[in-house]
Order: sequence, then C-alpha cells, then structure tokens
Amino acid sequence: MLTQPRTYQLDTSQKRFISYHLVIAVIALTVGSIFGPLQSFNWGGLDLYQFLEPIGLGDYYKGLTLHGVLNALVWTTFFITGFLTLTTIVGLGRPLKHPRLNWAGFITMAVGLVMAGIPILAGWASVLYTFYPPLEAHWGFYLGLTLVVVGSWIEGYGFYLTYYQWRKENPDTRTPFITFGGLITMVMWQLATIGVAVEILTMLLPFSLGLLDGTDPQLGRTFFWFTGHPLVYFWLLPAYISWYGLLPREAGGKLFSDSAARLAFWLFLLLSIPVGFHHQFVDPGIPNSWKLIHATLTYGVAFPSLLTLFTVVASLEYAGRKRGGTGLFGWIRALPWHKPSVSAQLLAGILFMFGGIGGITNASYNVNLVVHNTAWIPGHFHLTVATAATLSYMGISYWLVPYLTGKPLWKPKLAVAQTWFWFVGMLIFSNAMHVLGLLGAPRRTDLNSAPYVPEEWSGHLLRVSIGGAILLIGVILYVLIVYKTARGKDHLPEGEEIEVPIAESITDPQLTPMWLDRWRPWLVGSVALIILAYGPQLAQQISNAQFTSPGFTP
Amino acid sequence: MISTDSDPTNPGEDGRTHHLDVYERRWMIASVALLVVFAASVAVAGFGLGFQVPGHESRVDPNTVADSPPWNNPGLRDLGNGEYEVYVIGRQYLFEPNEIRVPVGATVTFYVTSVDVQHGFKLQDTNINMQIVPGHISKLTRTFEKAGEFPYICNEYCGLGHASMAGSLIVEAQGG
Repeated sequence: MLTQPRTYQLDTSQKRFISYHLVIAVIALTVGSIFGPLQSFNWGGLDLYQFLEPIGLGDYYKGLTLHGVLNALVWTTFFITGFLTLTTIVGLGRPLKHPRLNWAGFITMAVGLVMAGIPILAGWASVLYTFYPPLEAHWGFYLGLTLVVVGSWIEGYGFYLTYYQWRKENPDTRTPFITFGGLITMVMWQLATIGVAVEILTMLLPFSLGLLDGTDPQLGRTFFWFTGHPLVYFWLLPAYISWYGLLPREAGGKLFSDSAARLAFWLFLLLSIPVGFHHQFVDPGIPNSWKLIHATLTYGVAFPSLLTLFTVVASLEYAGRKRGGTGLFGWIRALPWHKPSVSAQLLAGILFMFGGIGGITNASYNVNLVVHNTAWIPGHFHLTVATAATLSYMGISYWLVPYLTGKPLWKPKLAVAQTWFWFVGMLIFSNAMHVLGLLGAPRRTDLNSAPYVPEEWSGHLLRVSIGGAILLIGVILYVLIVYKTARGKDHLPEGEEIEVPIAESITDPQLTPMWLDRWRPWLVGSVALIILAYGPQLAQQISNAQFTSPGFTP
Repeated sequence: MISTDSDPTNPGEDGRTHHLDVYERRWMIASVALLVVFAASVAVAGFGLGFQVPGHESRVDPNTVADSPPWNNPGLRDLGNGEYEVYVIGRQYLFEPNEIRVPVGATVTFYVTSVDVQHGFKLQDTNINMQIVPGHISKLTRTFEKAGEFPYICNEYCGLGHASMAGSLIVEAQGG
C-alpha cells in the first residue's frame, strides 16, 4: 500500500486563475437561473414576463435561450475548465507547463461569451441552445459560441502538455486518478465538439453572414447531435471524477475499485460520441437501421454508468461502515450528511439514478415516439445536467471556494439546507415534467398562450411552478453562500489549511493493469468506432446535401 | 482478461490484493445482460412487430414543395378499403389543413413537411410523433379504432408564435 504524499498546494496565481473561471461560471448560473423559474411560473399560469418587458426581457424564448446557453453551456464549461485545471495541477503535483497558454484559452472563452451574449440580449439570437437551422441568429452568436469552445480546447492543450511532461518523468506510474479522469473528459470533449465546429464553420456562420443563401437543416441536426450527446458526458464526467476520486475521502472512506473507475472512464471516451442518432429517432432524413445501431451503442454507454453506480455506492458503503454504520442500510445514515459538499453529491447521485432510468428510456428507439420533444426531455436533463452535474458542482464549490480563498465556508448548515432545497425542488419539478411529457405536453413552449392545454395537465403544471420556486430559493442560497464565503473577512485559522480531498483507492493503483492507463488503444478505438457509426451515414448526408432552406429570424 | 478471485464473503476490505472485486464482476455481467435484453426488445418490437419510427422517405425543395401535387392541395385522400393518406404542411405558425376528419377504423398514413423552419408533429394520445425538417418528408401510419378528437401540435420551437401552432384530427363514429 502506498502512503499518500502530502497533496501539492497551489500558489496564489494558480488559485486566482481557477477562481476567475468560477466567478464567470457563477455569474452565468445566476443570470441564467432567473429565467428557469419564470418559465415554470408561466406553465403554472403566472406570466411574469410582462414585468420584464421594460428592460427588454419580456420574451419567453429569449429567456429560454438565456437559460439554456448560460446554464447548460456557460456555467458548465467555465466550471469544468476551472475544475480540470485543478485536477491536472493537484493530481500531477506540478504547475501547468505553459500557464500563458491556459490564460490564452481562458481569455478566448471569455471573449466568446461576451460576443455570444450581446446578440442574445439584443434579441437577435432567440434560437435556443440547440440553434436548429434554418432558424437564423446573428453571426456574433455563432462566432461567440465557437470561441468559447476553442478557448476550452486551448486550455485542454495546456493540460496535455503538462501531462506529457509528467509522463516522460514517470513512465511506469499510474496516472493519478483525478488527472486521468480530467484528461479523458477533455479528450472526449475535443473529439465531440468537432461536430458542432463543422456545423458552425461550414454552415451556420457563412449562412448568417450572407455568404450562403440557404442551409440543409437535416445535416445541421446530424452535426449538432454528434456533439450534443457527448456534451452531456462533458457535464457529467467532472461530477464522476468527484464521486470516484474525491467524495469517498470526504465521506471518510476510499475508492472501492481503481480499475473499475478507470475502465468506466475509458468506456465513456469510447462510447459517448457514436450515439447521437438517438436524439434523431423521429427525424425524417436518417434510415432506421442506423438509428437502431445508435440505439444499441447508447445502451453500451449506459454500461459505464451502471459500473459507476456500483463502484460509487460501494465506496460510500465502505465509508459508512468505517464510520460505524451497520445493517443493510445503516451505512447510509452513518455518512457525513452534515457536510454540505457530501450532502450535495449524495443527493445529486440519488436523483441521477432516475435520470439514468429516463435516459435508457429515451435511448429505446421506438419508445422515443412517446417522449420525443415532450416535457419529459427537459424533465430528464434537469436530473442530469441540472442535478447530477450542477448539484455536484455546487457540492464541489463548498470545499473549493474555501480552498481557493483561504476563508471558511459561510454558514455550513445553510449550505446543507441549500442542497436539500435543490433536491426537493428538482424532485417535484422533474417528476411533474416527466408526467406532463407522457400526457403529451411539448417542451420549450410558452404553454400559457397555447390553445390546446387540457384540464388534465393543470395540477402537474402547478407542480412545475412549485418546483421552480423551490429551485429558485436553492440557487439564490447557493450564490449567496459562495459570495459571502469569497467576500468574508474571516480567514482560516493559522496553520489550518484545506486540502483537496483526494481519495485513496482500497487497492494499490499500481495493481491496475497498464492497459487501463494507455492512451493509444483507447484513442484509436474511439476514433474507429466514430468512423464506423457515423462515417457511412454522414458521407451520404453530405453528398446528398441541399442548401436550399433560407433562413428565418425568430 | 480481468482477474478476480478475492474472497466474496469479505468484499471491500483493506488488504485486497486483486484489482477487481467479485461482486463488481457479477454486477458487470448482470448490467451487460440487462442492456442486451433491452436492445433485443426494441429491435424485435421495431423491425419485427412494426412499432417503427419514421425513416428516410424522400427529399423536397422547401421553397417550391407547396406548388406541386400533392402538396398544393394538402389534406385527406381516401384510398378505399379504410385506407387514407393525409398530407400536412407545417408553416409558421399553422398546419395545413388544421382539421382532418376520418371514420372509425381508418388507417391513416401521415405525410408531413415544412415550408420554412423545423416543426414537430405530435398527435396527442398516440405514438405519432415526428420531427418535421424542411427538405424532408416525415411519414408514419396509424389505425384509429375509437371515435374522438386528437389534437396535433407543433412540439419543436419554430419562432414566437410556436405555442399557437396546432390542429385537430376528428375520428367520427360510423354513420355519424
């Protein structure tokens, strides 16, 4: 058994660099989260948009675009790049090889955010975060989003170069788990975003600049969902890094299986991308055989999530029993629920089980006819991105913000309460959304002005509003706690330092076979599988492309 | 490939020397089995029993599709023997036609396309749910055994008036 060396401590400039990511992430979450509850109130019959009309935010779909872009894309991407900077530096125990490169990436992201934000606020890009053509936004929106993605790539190159140097010096050591997970997340993201990069650079940007008269909406959808599904794993994998690599330590235990954890991450790299057609099961332009192939591969990517369920629960059981928990379920009570970071991640994990079940439902080919484009879908992804990912990120920030600022967490008991607000609010909201979807309610629709809403929906629509209100309290508390912590006057007592809670593995990581720490076979396999699953159909769609659809500004 | 012979009565204790626990291996096998059953079920239901999703039908030019048959006269076609076709055009923010009447027992094939942006076509309380993409025709078939009114709604965001985009299929009792 290896003894854990003292973790590498970040210096002030490194802490500041990561903090800037979090500042932008939290601001995006704050602004974006205002609009979610507004939508939920609209569904319950309370239209508050009229009061926002004087400041130009009275449009349901502009608000929906802001909510989707800021919460699902900006909050996540900035938090994740900041967090992966930490997992790279702390895991490898060395500074970034080229900090200026990472700064360049971060600045590119920030510039892109401003560039995309202006047209959204001006109402020139109310195309939602999926921006399906031939809905047409201002070119600044597309270019801005591209810069956010490219900036995240540049930060990723900084991680790779740092890792490469470490690997040269440590050829036989297993990559520290949190770094390993972070690198796979970034590589998966860089492969995945090729789809949306091609869509924007070859279709939408020239289209919005007037260089192309028309576009091919079906081809656009195919490129989008090449990125759109692995995007979900880009949100989830950082939470998984924490659940496997940090949470067991916070809970007083160890990682149950280093091998299984690594295997899961490799399988996510392999299987996250060649599954995009499961978002297009009811599209007209794709043959059914290809849809079934992607359905099967989507079941494949459920496997590493099931593996994660076992390993994370086993790690937590180990912690609970070490803390004196007995019996079949006693260990659950024995976990340190009083720690806000632990409470957040446990609650996120519980709701994510329902997210996983719903995800398998969505993947189920013809079953998708029942749920496609219904309220079920946002009900589902509010359990994944808005809970498994977001609530875990909130939990991470409850130790990360004190770690970065050297200040104690403001009102830890309130932070625990905050995690429960999120859990309860999401339970009500998401359940109501799932039920509404099964009853046929469409997603992303200003239902308050729809003519076809039957009486049968009204109780569930009210529950959507109630859940939204509780979530609003949850997000306000979160922002307040982070703000008060960061701006607090108290510093941690002398000699008391917060450490990054890196979990040991029960088994020595050196027992993990080397094939679980080698890049080449997995990278080659991933690219090969993408080519097999996408190549023929994409070649067909490209060769048959007809750029005949003119643009429409919503 | 994966060695596992640790003591199954004592999983998860310190001092385990093998890198994968026996329960973990059993869980993996059960997970794979479950997913294989799921995949086989939907494949059989889709390709064997006819619970099918829309597939690739044919391409049209969204700028001119509404000018030529059959799309220049959207609506119902009676093919005889209880078989019907209905051609529906989606445009911001309405369906043409916005009302369709068929008798009980009718087997209706829906052909839907768009002349502007993407729309959705969801016939409430049925499995008719299609993405409507300009330049493509979406097609699904269903038999209506009971009388009643089925709204069809646009379930893909198509612009500011999206929420009002809906029509109605009325299945009429025989003789009525």
